[in-house]
Amino acid sequence: MNINLSLLAQAFTFALFIWFTVKFIWPPLLRAIEQRQKQIADGLAAAERGKQDLEQASKRTAELLREAKQQAQDILGQADKRAVELIEEAKGAAKAEGERLVAGAKAEIEQEVSRAREMLRAQVAALAVAGAEQILRREVDAKAHADLLRSVQSQL
Amino acid sequence: MATEELTPGKYIAHHLTFNSQSVGEGAFWTLHVDTLLTAMALGFVALGFVWGVARGATAGVPNRRQAFVELAVDFIDEQVKSIFLHGDRHQFVAPAALTVFVWVLLMNAMDFLPIDWLATVFFEKLLHVHFWRPVPTADVNTTFALALSVWLLMIFFNIKVKGLGGWVHELFCAPFGGNPLLWPANLLFNLVEYVSKPLSHSLRLFGNMYAGEIIFLLLWLWAGADLAGTIFATVLGLGWAIFHILIVVLQAYIFMMLTVVYISMAHEGH
Repeated sequence: MNINLSLLAQAFTFALFIWFTVKFIWPPLLRAIEQRQKQIADGLAAAERGKQDLEQASKRTAELLREAKQQAQDILGQADKRAVELIEEAKGAAKAEGERLVAGAKAEIEQEVSRAREMLRAQVAALAVAGAEQILRREVDAKAHADLLRSVQSQL
Repeated sequence: MATEELTPGKYIAHHLTFNSQSVGEGAFWTLHVDTLLTAMALGFVALGFVWGVARGATAGVPNRRQAFVELAVDFIDEQVKSIFLHGDRHQFVAPAALTVFVWVLLMNAMDFLPIDWLATVFFEKLLHVHFWRPVPTADVNTTFALALSVWLLMIFFNIKVKGLGGWVHELFCAPFGGNPLLWPANLLFNLVEYVSKPLSHSLRLFGNMYAGEIIFLLLWLWAGADLAGTIFATVLGLGWAIFHILIVVLQAYIFMMLTVVYISMAHEGH
């Protein structure tokens, strides 16, 4: 335990070291640390913002998807309805056309029938007149009974 | 290591003798060359390392060395932040605490080096320097130098913060009160405090490191006796060295904390 000049020398060294640390070591280290702390804080904030954005985007995506699905559903429904309508229309048109054709055919047939009947009637009348002529040739004057024959013909 | 004429007393006395150089008349004008050179070398190495890191310090991803230094800086800054509440700690207190901690830690850690390799083999046989004590903090000059420097800083900041009048007022009126009858008691109390602070501050560190050194010397003395002694001393020396890691770090930490506390108290009015 002998106190001597070493004490002053050590104190001087100590002062020098403290001065050096205060002046040259602490400020740059502190600056780096604080700057990094700020960067990290900023980064964390940005990450938080990104997370929120992502959440919103995914929410929006889900909404859009749901809307699109709904629209597709609607379009499918409309298409189905339209198809059914078209089929019904076609059916109706076909039925009407068929009926029209049948009616036409019927009318034609009727015409044919009436024409044939007309022809038959004329021929029967002619035949009846011819028969009657043959029968009555000898005794009846054809001219005298022409009116009678015509009235018979009209009744046939 | 024990030669024929070397007695235990001589061995210990040899390792406890400073390398003194007289620079003038009287016992005071002596320098402990070993203490001074070791302390300076350690200071330059430690501060040089930290300075090198600080100069290339980046705010981006730090490399391992910078991360290590930042760990120490951050640790000390946290301690100082919790104690030093009046003023900007980055101005002086925190860097001073860093200096104290790093320097004292390294000076304490010199105790881990095997004394006979360092003092006997390296300095005595190789460099022909006869006395060399490797642990600067086991020299009372070092610890007193540090403690008295802190003590002067304490008084400096007392006057700087409170003014000379404020400080003198505090010497007479704190802690018991401003009644003139209490002035002597206050002054006595403060004087005791001002004397005891540097004494306890320096002697705590000195005592711990000196005791650690002595215990190592006693163990190595035993190691020199015979083979069984060598084995036991090795085992016990290992145990003591491991325990000493705690003491080395703890004492550096305590010294640093007391430095911060004393300077902080100087900033606070009673």
